[in-house]
Amino acid sequence: MRSVIRAYPTETRLLVVLLAICLFLSLASNSFFTLDNFASLLNNNAVNVIWAVGLLVVLIAGGIDISFAVAASVVQYLCVYALAAIGGGNWLIGFLIAGSIGAALGFINAGLITYFRIISIVVTIATFNAMFGLLMFFTSGRYLYNLPDWWTNRIALVETPTAELGLPVAVMLGAMAATWFLIGYTTTGRQLYAFGDNPEGARRAGISVARMQFIAFGWMGMMAGVGGLMQAHIVQEVVPNALIGRELDVLAAAVLGGARLGGGRGSVLGCFLGVLLVAITQNGLNLLGVSPFAFKMVIGVIILIAISMSNLDVAMLTRSVRGSN
Amino acid sequence: MAALYARLDKALGPGVIGLIGFLVLVIVAFSLATPQFLTSANFDSMAFQLPELGLLTLAMLMPIISGGFNLAIIYTANISGLTLAWILNQNGGPNASMPVFLLGSAAAVTVGAFSGSIMGAVIAYLGAHPILVSLAMMIFLRGLGEFLTKGGDISGFPDFLHGIGHGFILGIPAPLWVFFAAVVVWHVLLTRTRHGFSVFMIGSNIKAAAYSGVHTKRTLTLIYTLSGAMCAVAGILMLTRFNSVRVGHGEALLLVTVLACFLGGVDPFGGFGRVVPVVLALIILQVLSSGLNLLGANQHLSTAVWGLFLIAVMILRWGATKFGGFTRKRK
Repeated sequence: MRSVIRAYPTETRLLVVLLAICLFLSLASNSFFTLDNFASLLNNNAVNVIWAVGLLVVLIAGGIDISFAVAASVVQYLCVYALAAIGGGNWLIGFLIAGSIGAALGFINAGLITYFRIISIVVTIATFNAMFGLLMFFTSGRYLYNLPDWWTNRIALVETPTAELGLPVAVMLGAMAATWFLIGYTTTGRQLYAFGDNPEGARRAGISVARMQFIAFGWMGMMAGVGGLMQAHIVQEVVPNALIGRELDVLAAAVLGGARLGGGRGSVLGCFLGVLLVAITQNGLNLLGVSPFAFKMVIGVIILIAISMSNLDVAMLTRSVRGSN
Repeated sequence: MAALYARLDKALGPGVIGLIGFLVLVIVAFSLATPQFLTSANFDSMAFQLPELGLLTLAMLMPIISGGFNLAIIYTANISGLTLAWILNQNGGPNASMPVFLLGSAAAVTVGAFSGSIMGAVIAYLGAHPILVSLAMMIFLRGLGEFLTKGGDISGFPDFLHGIGHGFILGIPAPLWVFFAAVVVWHVLLTRTRHGFSVFMIGSNIKAAAYSGVHTKRTLTLIYTLSGAMCAVAGILMLTRFNSVRVGHGEALLLVTVLACFLGGVDPFGGFGRVVPVVLALIILQVLSSGLNLLGANQHLSTAVWGLFLIAVMILRWGATKFGGFTRKRK
């Protein structure tokens, strides 16, 4: 147990904080600790988690991606047109199209980073502007409602009389499992960590830099596309500027979960907990009757505190506690 | 010719000639494309639009040179604007007097500097990553602003503000004077003062700077404080331009300011960057946007062109260092 805590300090601490908040909210509000509430929490945050685990891979590889939320919007539009062109489609085709267009957009980022030696934040800020501008220009800000039926029909995977877990939650679990397997149990995953921690060292050890970038940004792009598909499934429409701004929230959540800007650190569980911490806080404030306008303010403070805390070394704290015993 | 080029390059600093050349190219291209481009009306409108983005870019510039980032600039500007609006509305609204405006502006700058100093202190003394701290600050300030205004507009300001936002002084738009003053202050601060030197040293290597006796923590705090104060100036200008304050005004400019910095040759890792090329980059962006606008394109196409333009410039720079004779000398 102690070794687990020591190996995953951020995740452990996050879990403790999360449990404390849950305990408090369960006592303070009788609608918090209900199946309905947890189901809606998961349904509403599935897309954020899908994006967060995608971003996690990029962060582990030492990069950053600002453009994924816009990429998701681009994927949504292209998907609608592609599906209309082939006459309907189904979920399998939808996932394939969304995933591959997303990955292709990620490859553009990776290509610019690798072949022209531009750092990821510059590239993704440029592609953010380019993609957003082109999207708004070509769509003229038009909403799309005429999505195929299979795309917008609710699919309940687990159902109780009052609550249900929808398809996005299943996709979220799939994305988490796939990312967990990729970064934890494949050679590529270990190489991503090594590359993020020390790019030059990894290069000299024979790791292909281009391959790392393409895998990281391709994975991110794929998750962006799948997340976009799910988002359209949830809201049943496609809006060009609906997802803008989400990228920074997801980034904050991923970093809360222990991913490090600069690479080499981060876990799927941490990402999930990070997204959940923000979501549960917001949910709790809502249930406690706090004005919705104050939510973001409180969340900003929490993130600020969490970031500040995570820089106070937890190992140092445990050592001093043991020393005093 | 080559000698002249070398001398000019040396006198102006690296990257400036290329940017000037490109600026001339763009202006000539647009002049040929549309007769409305080379008119004083067009230049006036450009001069009115530029300062807003320009001031915000300056606010972004100093943190980036120090190897950091300030994602909270837009909302710091909004909150400062709100402070001024609140003071104006408390003291007569449309009938508020000039001293009230000055007092309000001072309060706005104080608020901006204060929120910046908190960020700077957290970054400096707790060692948290600037992107994250400023991101958290951004979320907090956005929330605070929405909480205070309930998402609405605040307006009802005295008439003389129109003169500041839309007036001319000596034939030059008033906002441009403000921007020009800010540019001079920033340039002098970065090149002629101890603080400026420390900023560059921190951006190059913060550990080495600390061991060389630079008070890195105090300098970092000051960097974000100054950045916050510059945001406040932008916020005040935005108030006079739009004659209203809404939290979220200028949201879309956040990443454009970063784009302008990189276009102006600022090193994304920090340590290198100058005010003059960044100002040139800003002018290029403005000319591109206004020119495309005259040709019938909308703002969104300009945004796309800005993004593609940044990619093109980065590729050109990569090509220049890889194949060309003009390798940029880097210490």
